[in-house]
Amino acid sequence: MSIIDWFDRRQKSGSKREKLNIPGDLWVKCFHCSEILYLKDLEANLKVCPKCNYHFRITPEERVRYLLDEDSFKEVSADMGPIDFLEFVDSKPYAARIKEAQSKTKHKDAVVIGTAMIDALPANVGIMNFGYMGGSMGSVVGEKVTLLIEAGIANKHPVLLFTSSGGARMQEGLMSLMQMAKTSAALARLRDAKVPFFSILCDPTTGGTTASFAMLGDVNIAEPGALIGFAGPRVVEQTIRQKLPKGFQRAEFLLAHGMVDIVVSRLELKSTLARLMRVLTLTSGRKGKK
Amino acid sequence: MKILEFEKPIEELYVKIEELKRLSTDSEIDMADEISKIEKRASQMKKEIFSNLSPTQVIQISRHPNRPSTLGLARLIMDDFVELHGDRVFGDDPSIVGGPAVMDGRRVMVIGHQKGMDTKDNIYRNFGMPNPEGYRKALRLMQMAETFEMPIITFVDTPGAYPGLGAEERGQAEAIARNLREMANLTVPVISYIVGEGGSGGALGIAVANRVYMLQYAVYSVISPEGCASILYRDAKHAEIAAKNMRITAPDVLNLGLADGIIPEPVGGAHQDWPLTAQEIKSSIASSLKKYDGMSKDAIKNERYDKFRSFGKFNVGSR
Ligand SMILES: [Zn+2]
Repeated sequence: MSIIDWFDRRQKSGSKREKLNIPGDLWVKCFHCSEILYLKDLEANLKVCPKCNYHFRITPEERVRYLLDEDSFKEVSADMGPIDFLEFVDSKPYAARIKEAQSKTKHKDAVVIGTAMIDALPANVGIMNFGYMGGSMGSVVGEKVTLLIEAGIANKHPVLLFTSSGGARMQEGLMSLMQMAKTSAALARLRDAKVPFFSILCDPTTGGTTASFAMLGDVNIAEPGALIGFAGPRVVEQTIRQKLPKGFQRAEFLLAHGMVDIVVSRLELKSTLARLMRVLTLTSGRKGKK
Repeated sequence: MKILEFEKPIEELYVKIEELKRLSTDSEIDMADEISKIEKRASQMKKEIFSNLSPTQVIQISRHPNRPSTLGLARLIMDDFVELHGDRVFGDDPSIVGGPAVMDGRRVMVIGHQKGMDTKDNIYRNFGMPNPEGYRKALRLMQMAETFEMPIITFVDTPGAYPGLGAEERGQAEAIARNLREMANLTVPVISYIVGEGGSGGALGIAVANRVYMLQYAVYSVISPEGCASILYRDAKHAEIAAKNMRITAPDVLNLGLADGIIPEPVGGAHQDWPLTAQEIKSSIASSLKKYDGMSKDAIKNERYDKFRSFGKFNVGSR
């Protein structure tokens, strides 16, 4: 449902998102504080505004570069692609939407998965791609997230998933809804295998993605300011017919309400993940004693 | 009882029949022939209309205010049923009900959405849209069923989980997600019936089942057609097209492999005859549960896991 808000925002912020009209695209304007930033500086700061701490949305490629050990990411199942099995047509056919998203993002669907090292610790890593149809979860996302979890069950390395998604992909109908159950069931098995799952909630994570694996981390980590919720803010506002409180459904709001464990700046995310991975996978010296 | 738009031609004939009956008693003219002719036409028309329903018409039936409810079905199907309340965390959500029951000498746990029968009741039941407490109550009861080795029967009928402020504050997403994960771990059989509206995550939150059956005129969808239309078509008026495209009727869901069977409804829909509907569901429960007698706990759990693990249509691509 909360894809509504994404569409909304996309429409409203269409012009804001443009880079400044300066040759070479060397400068960008912060969406939040309007500060003019030198692109190189912004990138060196992992696309976090040095002035106001606004966390820009980033691509899977950027996430790999910023948060994983250099050249350690080995992608798997990159060729898995969607099928328009309902022959779904809205204002555009789903088949056309797929083509468009694929040529825009150079990805077959809205999540990449693989293995990587974080501070020399091995991990199974998945990264959702909001740029691909709003990161919506259809069959491919559901299957790849499940494969990622199953890799963790097999190799016993922690599973890390960076979420960014408007929810279920309507163009795959009820099949999309079932991906919520499929991925959550796989997490039950991951728990049985005693392998930790870190859910890193990035802006925005809503709908069926939140109501399945995103909320089921052994540790739920959120990036500052990330919108996280079940229903989108617009739907909630229409339902209750009153103004939403300030900061509603933002990472800090969820922290205050006990729904996420920590809110961590992207600049400290890698070291925090490494610390948590060490702590949770540390073998105790008292093994054997029961 | 509420007459749906497409039922009106049938209703008109019935009104005419009543009129003729009154007229014939008053005037002592024998109109039996005329009456039986119209009665035949009415039942013929009913059959025709109900065998050619559009998805939008099916949705109207699925949302009929007199659609059988969980509490109604529990009373009709079960020999005994004790409703239990509360999630032991925050409160009791009247839009999900449940409790232990006995059917033909067999213990089961009944859980389901509960809509209201009139406006006042509907406000109390929040129109069948649960808050997190509802899902947490459902899970508590399911885990009680696990402890006492009782099969779980769930009845689904919700427009969706409630998109309210408090629901967000108290973790609607977490409550549903947790149910999806924990239901996967149950070692007792779970049988789910989509009775009316199977509204998205709010429905799935109590429907991760070994067997999922849909009533003939129930619907099951990832988003309401109105919601889908307002997002993808930017206009809720396109709900009719959205309903068609999303394939949400029982035969469609069966075709997609996401339901295991269809429970037939009386002509005119389940709201016309609760006892008959209850009887159909009861015999389905009995035959479904028989399959699990003597099945090991692991086998029951794995069957459910494998079922959901197999859902998805995609291109594997070259590796
Ligand atoms: Zn800024």
